[in-house]
Amino acid sequence: MNRRLSPFILTMLCLGFAFLYVPIILMVVYSFNASRLVTVWDSVHSPTLKWYVELMSNGEVLEAARLSFKVAALNATGSTILGTLAAFCLVRFGKFRGRSLFVGLTTAPMVLPEVITGLSMLLVFVAMEQVIGWPAGRGATTITIAHMTFCLAYVTVVVQARLSTFDRSLEEAALDLGARPAKVFFVITLPIIAPSVVSGWLLAFILSWDDLVITSFVSGPGSTTLPQLIFSKVRLGVSPDINALATLLVLTVTIAVIGVGLALQRRERRLVLEAEEAREVPA
Amino acid sequence: MSTGSSDLGRGWSRLQVGRRLVLGVPYLWLCLFFLVPLVIVFGISFSTPKIAMPPIEPLVSYGADRVLQLRLYLSNYTFIAQDSLYVAAFANSLKVAFVSTVLALLLGYPMAYGIARAPRNWRSVLFLLVVLPFFTSFLLRVYAWIGLLSRAGPINTVLLKLGIIHEPLVMLQTDFAVYLGMVYSYLPFMVLPLYSAIEKLDPSLLEAAADLGCRPIKAFFRVTLPLTSEGILAGCLLVFIPSVGEYVIPAVLGGPGTLMIGRVLWEEFFNNRDWPLASAVAVLLLLLLVGFIVVLQRVQAREPASE
Repeated sequence: MNRRLSPFILTMLCLGFAFLYVPIILMVVYSFNASRLVTVWDSVHSPTLKWYVELMSNGEVLEAARLSFKVAALNATGSTILGTLAAFCLVRFGKFRGRSLFVGLTTAPMVLPEVITGLSMLLVFVAMEQVIGWPAGRGATTITIAHMTFCLAYVTVVVQARLSTFDRSLEEAALDLGARPAKVFFVITLPIIAPSVVSGWLLAFILSWDDLVITSFVSGPGSTTLPQLIFSKVRLGVSPDINALATLLVLTVTIAVIGVGLALQRRERRLVLEAEEAREVPA
Repeated sequence: MSTGSSDLGRGWSRLQVGRRLVLGVPYLWLCLFFLVPLVIVFGISFSTPKIAMPPIEPLVSYGADRVLQLRLYLSNYTFIAQDSLYVAAFANSLKVAFVSTVLALLLGYPMAYGIARAPRNWRSVLFLLVVLPFFTSFLLRVYAWIGLLSRAGPINTVLLKLGIIHEPLVMLQTDFAVYLGMVYSYLPFMVLPLYSAIEKLDPSLLEAAADLGCRPIKAFFRVTLPLTSEGILAGCLLVFIPSVGEYVIPAVLGGPGTLMIGRVLWEEFFNNRDWPLASAVAVLLLLLLVGFIVVLQRVQAREPASE
């Protein structure tokens, strides 16, 4: 049978990838444009780095980036811990009371429209403040809690997929040999599911770093994250410094994702090799 | 042997105690920050606005005779039902989400097919290229289209130079831009489930069809399409559901006339500070989506029986 792709499929592939990437590439190209009118190429003074220089001296942008980074890192760590626990319960605990509700609670945040999540989180924070006086006002804490709630669902899915494919007899052997369950988890389970935990952390970080809608509902005066700052600028139209900022963000994320992906792949290959060597030795 | 089994028994009993803790922490978290908030939204949708902070009339209050009173207002729901703006916004959200899903499917299916049938060493690169945009900022990817679609942007410039048009096209702040933004943003969600469905498909089935004299196009509709229907459904859901409640794309690319329910909710909340009405809109949107998913599951459950 003909294994080559038909011209139609090839055309659609090229069109699809062009559709996905041309806007991003043009955004990067225009970030080096000297003209303030973003879409008009000033061929005399371009390419220039002046928008990058301007960006680095913009205190507002740096402050927002710092807040976003702090929230994203805290959120990623918290939601990875909660999400890993949740995934472990779903895969290892079999049937328990309230399981179907738990399944619903760990998947629903992914499909719930962001405007609803944001609104409901804000209302619960307001109600909690009235009843127990915490959280006082809204800012980094409330943003982090809100992000953790929806990111934990994504971490759960990623870790769950890995947990359900791994060989349970390893854990059972350790339990048989008298290891405590907590030790089994940290010595056996965690190293095996580590790649998915790392991917989950990265995913949670990026989701939080990018989030605009939920953040807008639960942030307070004085706490503006990077997406909020970008959004307020975007509403006024295109501006060259956003292009520069976008370029930096896109490049960092791309390098981070590819880097982590390659590192995990290499680790996987090494483990497979080691397992093969271990199998060969006794013979 | 006996000591081994008692150790095992102790291990599991410890597990029973630890189990509560391991399960309790994420469970409690999700109840407190996901379930309770939804219940509160539902409750507040029966309240009325008040000039205070928070701007909500409490549902439960002490009356003049010191009797605990529970007051529920249906006014938000009757208001939404009577005001054509809200009905139109709901209808338009469904329309935009539906059209975007179909467009994403038409573009995504051939792409997923191409990736799944590409040479093996190409496949992971192409796969990564589809996933990568998902990791780069949603807001910035939508923003990228503002420059492209603007009056003096690259698309208009090229079309004018080629002489295809004589006046710059107005593309920004139109429904066209919203559809474009939707398909662009959600295309990876469509391609991923389709890819895994097509990759699982056994090519020998198509060879068998060809051997029996079936033309490729007919084989596609009789073999490939039905066997990948689960992937199609998953992809469509992943595009349709977030599209219905979308806020950013209509706000950035759409015009003032692009009514979508996510945008209406946002404006009620931030611009009009009417938290109860925004809650009522949220409840209706939630019911709409839950109803949609339930109907779909029913249809799906019935399908294998009829075959």
